[in-house]
Amino acid sequence: MSLLNSLISGLSLGSVYAIIALGYTMVYGISKMLNFAHGDVIMVGAYVSFLLTNHAGMNAWVSLLIAIATCTVLGIVIERLAYRPLRGTGSLAVLITAIGVSYFLQNAALLLWGADPRMFTSLFKGFKTIHAANGSLTITPESLFTILANIIIMIALTLFVSKTKAGKAMRAVSEDNGAAQLMGINVNQSISLTFAIGSGLAAIAGVLMCSAYPVLMPTTGAMPGIKAFTAAVFGGIGSIPGAMIGGLILGIIEIFSRAYISSELADAIVFACLIIVLLIKPTGLLGKKINEKV
Amino acid sequence: MGSVLTVKNINVYYGAIHAIKGISFDVNKGEIVTLIGANGAGKSTTLHTISGLLRSKTGDIEFLGSSIARTPAHKIVSLGISHVPEGRRIFQGLTVEDNLQMGAFVTKPDRIARNLEYVYEQFPRLKERAKQVAGTLSGGEQQMLAMGRGLMSDPRLLMLDEPSMGLAPILVDQIFEIIHNLHKAGTTILLVEQNAQMALSIADRAYVLETGKIALEGSAEELMGNEQVQKAYLGE
Repeated sequence: MSLLNSLISGLSLGSVYAIIALGYTMVYGISKMLNFAHGDVIMVGAYVSFLLTNHAGMNAWVSLLIAIATCTVLGIVIERLAYRPLRGTGSLAVLITAIGVSYFLQNAALLLWGADPRMFTSLFKGFKTIHAANGSLTITPESLFTILANIIIMIALTLFVSKTKAGKAMRAVSEDNGAAQLMGINVNQSISLTFAIGSGLAAIAGVLMCSAYPVLMPTTGAMPGIKAFTAAVFGGIGSIPGAMIGGLILGIIEIFSRAYISSELADAIVFACLIIVLLIKPTGLLGKKINEKV
Repeated sequence: MGSVLTVKNINVYYGAIHAIKGISFDVNKGEIVTLIGANGAGKSTTLHTISGLLRSKTGDIEFLGSSIARTPAHKIVSLGISHVPEGRRIFQGLTVEDNLQMGAFVTKPDRIARNLEYVYEQFPRLKERAKQVAGTLSGGEQQMLAMGRGLMSDPRLLMLDEPSMGLAPILVDQIFEIIHNLHKAGTTILLVEQNAQMALSIADRAYVLETGKIALEGSAEELMGNEQVQKAYLGE
């Protein structure tokens, strides 16, 4: 049963990674940049929800909605102010700027909310933990809802990019920015929308993650951000199902390493797996191979 | 026979490279005008400048009487210019039908179904493959898709960049047959081609580009008979 318990925790952690990885992968797909500030948007989302619930006495679910809205706007503003002016310049400039934005967000949080770790109140406080098989199988509401949230987000996002006009336009811009403009697609709008969706999802990931792992600090988003980036690369950066699979596999590897090998080595094992996958398949598990037809 | 497109003294640079050196030309309603010239003469660059992906440092570009030299690329499409780029550049991961829908991105919803029917009429092969992912099409089919996509926005000016490139001779004939039909149906066309023979056989007028400048211009017939053109571009 402990195996099954670990699997559930792994899926739950992996779901958080998957939701964050979506933001990385979609933004990479459309603007070919690695948004290293993405992890810190998670932290901002968690703080917004935390402060509204614990200091303003707001309902936790309402605070989640406001956190999503805040991060959505934050994502659009970051893209507009920091990344758009650099579009068309070298990718190194954008990368360095993204790291700068990441530090900016962490330090702004430090200034605004202080360095003290806060104890985050779970979004699922009122829900009961499920015990099954004579108590040997435990499913926390956090795990259950995180896994469910991930499934719903994946379905919704897949439908969005495959069925709606805006979603198809996003894929068109991802594939060929110039050709998309020749269709009359406003590339700036498409990129803003991608940042908005990715950052909104980051807020959800932040609240879900802090519900399960309740310590909240200005650096809270950094490590999961890097892990989710790893997940996105693992699954094949630019691919939405890749982010999902990469996230889940990474979460499961991490929890199993922790449970059966060593909790100190867990992160090292995770990154070692990434290196192995990239050595065997440089484009990641579901990465698109680029083939051009004459 | 009013002028649809007027290009006046444009100069385009790629960084330090002066790619277009003061080109002027015009395209009248219902005409096929072709730009011919060697690789690197500036043909594609000219089209990219008209469709707004590149900017000219000087001069002006007028479409139906108003300047579009400063209009963003995505807005130029809705004014009525459709650019079918070199190398097709279809969206490989999208289905054939989704590609055509993207071509109709700025088209009024009530015209999309009609245009789709028209494109399928012109290219029955695309209808057969409507649900297929575009990246799996053959080269000729991809060119048809690129042209079909370009027609979805009800263009008043269709700009075709190297539609025959990389195609088997039988497909080249087919593509030119289609261009001829579009012309008969009243579409104004600006055609860029390396295959000067084919281009001149179908066009009303032509401009010969050499290293970013217009070297010669005239009716297609005249240029076909021109000794210089025959030597340099028709291989005679």
